[in-house]
Amino acid sequence: MLTIGLTHYLVVAAVLFTLGVAGIILNRKNIIVILMSVELILLAVNLNFVAFSQSLGDLTGQVFALFVLTVAAAEAAIGLAILVTFYRNRGTIAVEDINSLKG
Amino acid sequence: MIYAIVFLPLVGFLIAGALGPWIGARASEFVTTSFLMICAVLSWIVFFDVALGHDHGYAPIIGNWMTVGDLKVDWALRVDTLTAVMLVVVNTVSSLVHLYSIGYMHEDPDRPRFFAYLSLFTFAMLMLVTADNLVQMFFGWEGVGLASYLLIGFWYQKPSANAAAIKAFVVNRVGDFGFALGIFLVFQLTKSLGFEEVFAAVPGLAGKTIHVFGMDIDALTLATFLLFIGAMGKSAQFFLHTWLPDAMEGPTPVSALIHAATMVTAGVFMVARLSPIFEYAPATLEFVTIIGAVTAFFAATVGLVQNDIKRVIAYSTCSQLGYMFVAEGVGAYSLGIFHLFTHAFFKALLFLGAGSVIHAMHHEQDMRNMGGLRKDIPFTFAMMTIGTLALTGFPFTSGYFSKDGVIEAAFAAGEHHTTAMIGFVATVVAAGLTSYYSWRLVFMTFFGHRAAHPVAESHAEDEPAAEDAHNHGHDDHGHHAPHESPLVMLIPLAVLAIGALGAGYVFEPDFAGHAYAEFWKGALFTGAHNEILHEMHAIPAWAGYAPTAMMVLGFLVSLYVYVLKPGTAQALARTFPRLYQFLLNKWYFDELYDFLFVRPAFALGRLFWKGGDGAIIDGLGPDGVAARVADGARLAVRLQTGYVYHYAFAMLIGVAAVVTYFVAGGLR
Amino acid sequence: MQAVFFYLFATIMIASAGVVIFARNPVHSVLFLILAFCNGAGLFLLAGAEFLAMILIVVYVGAVAVLFLFVVMMLDVDFAELKQGFAKYLPVGVGVGVVVLAELGFVALGWSSAPSAADAAANPIIPQMSNTAALGQILYTKYVIFFQASALVLLTAMIGAIVLTLHHKPNIKRQKIDEQNARTRENVIEIKKVPFRTGV
Repeated sequence: MLTIGLTHYLVVAAVLFTLGVAGIILNRKNIIVILMSVELILLAVNLNFVAFSQSLGDLTGQVFALFVLTVAAAEAAIGLAILVTFYRNRGTIAVEDINSLKG
Repeated sequence: MIYAIVFLPLVGFLIAGALGPWIGARASEFVTTSFLMICAVLSWIVFFDVALGHDHGYAPIIGNWMTVGDLKVDWALRVDTLTAVMLVVVNTVSSLVHLYSIGYMHEDPDRPRFFAYLSLFTFAMLMLVTADNLVQMFFGWEGVGLASYLLIGFWYQKPSANAAAIKAFVVNRVGDFGFALGIFLVFQLTKSLGFEEVFAAVPGLAGKTIHVFGMDIDALTLATFLLFIGAMGKSAQFFLHTWLPDAMEGPTPVSALIHAATMVTAGVFMVARLSPIFEYAPATLEFVTIIGAVTAFFAATVGLVQNDIKRVIAYSTCSQLGYMFVAEGVGAYSLGIFHLFTHAFFKALLFLGAGSVIHAMHHEQDMRNMGGLRKDIPFTFAMMTIGTLALTGFPFTSGYFSKDGVIEAAFAAGEHHTTAMIGFVATVVAAGLTSYYSWRLVFMTFFGHRAAHPVAESHAEDEPAAEDAHNHGHDDHGHHAPHESPLVMLIPLAVLAIGALGAGYVFEPDFAGHAYAEFWKGALFTGAHNEILHEMHAIPAWAGYAPTAMMVLGFLVSLYVYVLKPGTAQALARTFPRLYQFLLNKWYFDELYDFLFVRPAFALGRLFWKGGDGAIIDGLGPDGVAARVADGARLAVRLQTGYVYHYAFAMLIGVAAVVTYFVAGGLR
Repeated sequence: MQAVFFYLFATIMIASAGVVIFARNPVHSVLFLILAFCNGAGLFLLAGAEFLAMILIVVYVGAVAVLFLFVVMMLDVDFAELKQGFAKYLPVGVGVGVVVLAELGFVALGWSSAPSAADAAANPIIPQMSNTAALGQILYTKYVIFFQASALVLLTAMIGAIVLTLHHKPNIKRQKIDEQNARTRENVIEIKKVPFRTGV
């Protein structure tokens, strides 16, 4: 319990991941919460990588986490740009109103 | 020569049928009629050679039709006295009908088709009478049925004509089914279908029984019974008669040719031709007599009250066919053929005369709207009177010799068999009824006054094709005076009148008298115990005069009811309403058959169509599969909510499932 | 000592992640996201990846989260009431969530490392070099292609964001450089001979 090992990090990352996924699925409010939940998921993954990097003594994990960070930033930017454009066209970002894909 | 007689009508049919639109109506008429005239002349020559002369019968074979195992069937044309008599009847009446139709169908746009069908019918009938084996006879049998269907439904735009044509064909089919079964049985018994071989094998089969449906039945009786069912259908005997009155939907020349003189006599001809077999089946002959007697009586009663001029004559035909079968049933085949011969002349005369009346009355057929026509169309009146005299058996007309001969033969046989005595009573009573309704027709049509207001009758507009092309309007009854028909229609009437008057006297010795044996030369077979032609001359005097007495009685009663005291008929109808309705509705046979056969058939068809084909096959097959696909799609569509987070959730479920699968696999 | 900080950082991070999801005010959500990132950076520090921790603060908090805040403030986002009606999906959701958690638990608590794993390290951590220097050393040599590729990704993102959201107002005058450069003497100047005392 007191010695922090790999398992602790993994558990924390797992809980964070679950919270992020729950945020996507149980979301009733607006789209921004989805984007934020995606950031949480990516954070959890990064934590996982870094924990393993420390445990295995391998820098590869951190390198990969760096790239994940880069792509996450790019994705957040594009996602928000799309959201803004969508808001300009539809006037709303409430989740219930976004069902044009309905078949 | 026989080839020319049989095949010229076929050539006529092909020319008029295939080339009609190009060569035009006039040419079609001319070609077919002249071919038939040639055939008629040749037929008389053959008659003089084979029947009246000393030329013995011959049967040239044209070619092989089929050889299957034991069965060998050839196309052959048998020519003996019986054939010669039928050739004369068929070709004479057919050629006169062709000539008459030139005038009667003058305004019809479909003339080439009409004449083609007439020639086709003649060809089929000729194949029937010249057949040397049962299959060829069946070919001709079916061919005349086909031609009858085509001709009854000639004005196919009229739904009633279509219905009548189908009714004729279907009822005939019932008879043909029996005929076919008879042919099968004959083949099974004699291993052959040619007449020579069958007739030779029949004496050896007398008394042989076959086991069918758990019973042992005399083989020849069963075979002849089935063959007679075919005759019943074709000759409109009781039970299978319902098609004949409806067949009057066709043009009048068709009624004259097919339903008076030729097609309906095919049954009589068939029984005569197969006399070698029938003579060995006395039980069937009794059945034949009973059916003939019942038909004669039944049709005469219905004919008493009919208002359509053609229907009266149709029921008269039905009744007279019953006479012919009574004659054949008691063993006097020659008399049956004799009556067929004379009947062809006077019945065709009556039909063509009725056509002349209808033509004069601008297609009015209801006798209640006619009257006093003898001043307007005197020649037709004279011809119809001659025909009526012959039909009722006025002394020394042809009908006198043949009809009275039948009645005398029935009496003579009645001394041995009760069924024949029933036949005698029925034919005598029917003779009186025949006289009554025949003179009723003459009186209603040619005497009295024409009613001012035409009676609305569903058959008054029976001939629309000619009507539409007619210059006169629909409501013009009585505005234009009735006029005599053109010469081309009157000449056939005259020729037939000569036959109706003289044919009996001239040919009586051959058919019923001392020249019998030289005339027939064995074409008709009579059994060892069949002495009917001798016995019929030995009957008591009262039996001989009975038919003449009935004829006079019928004439007097009819004169009283229709000429001396007009209005008696309506009073009688009011006094006996139920009886009147019973007779007017033809003993309710159509309603009975509709209930027994037509409705169940339609219900069965509907069951198979809606229930079987529709619900089961379509339901399980194309429609059902399509509906299930639509159902599945409707279920699947519920997944497409449009919300992306639902889709993300689905992805998550998928991932969880995959991981669970691997975890579970790893655990095992 | 390390454990205390670990548990502190971990608890606050998870708590703020919960608030991010369940907060009613979206600005609160973004602020608590920032808090989650900061605590995440703390955990990274504890794991020995100090460069990554600083980059997390600079990029994630300083850029991405601020961007979120800008957008939240720019769009007219309502306070969301707690909507009823997700009870329909709750059983399925809870079920799947429990399954996922259980599996994660299996993995997290039941794993074991292979004995030779430590020797198979591709880029072993040398305690002498600082983390930043070590990352720099392998990033610009061994993984330079990926580095350039991620730069391209960022370029694409930038262009994409501009293309999506740039929105010229129709009536504003601005320069059209290509037209300016394409001017020739013949197009713009016309020499007119003006007669004396008459004007143009």
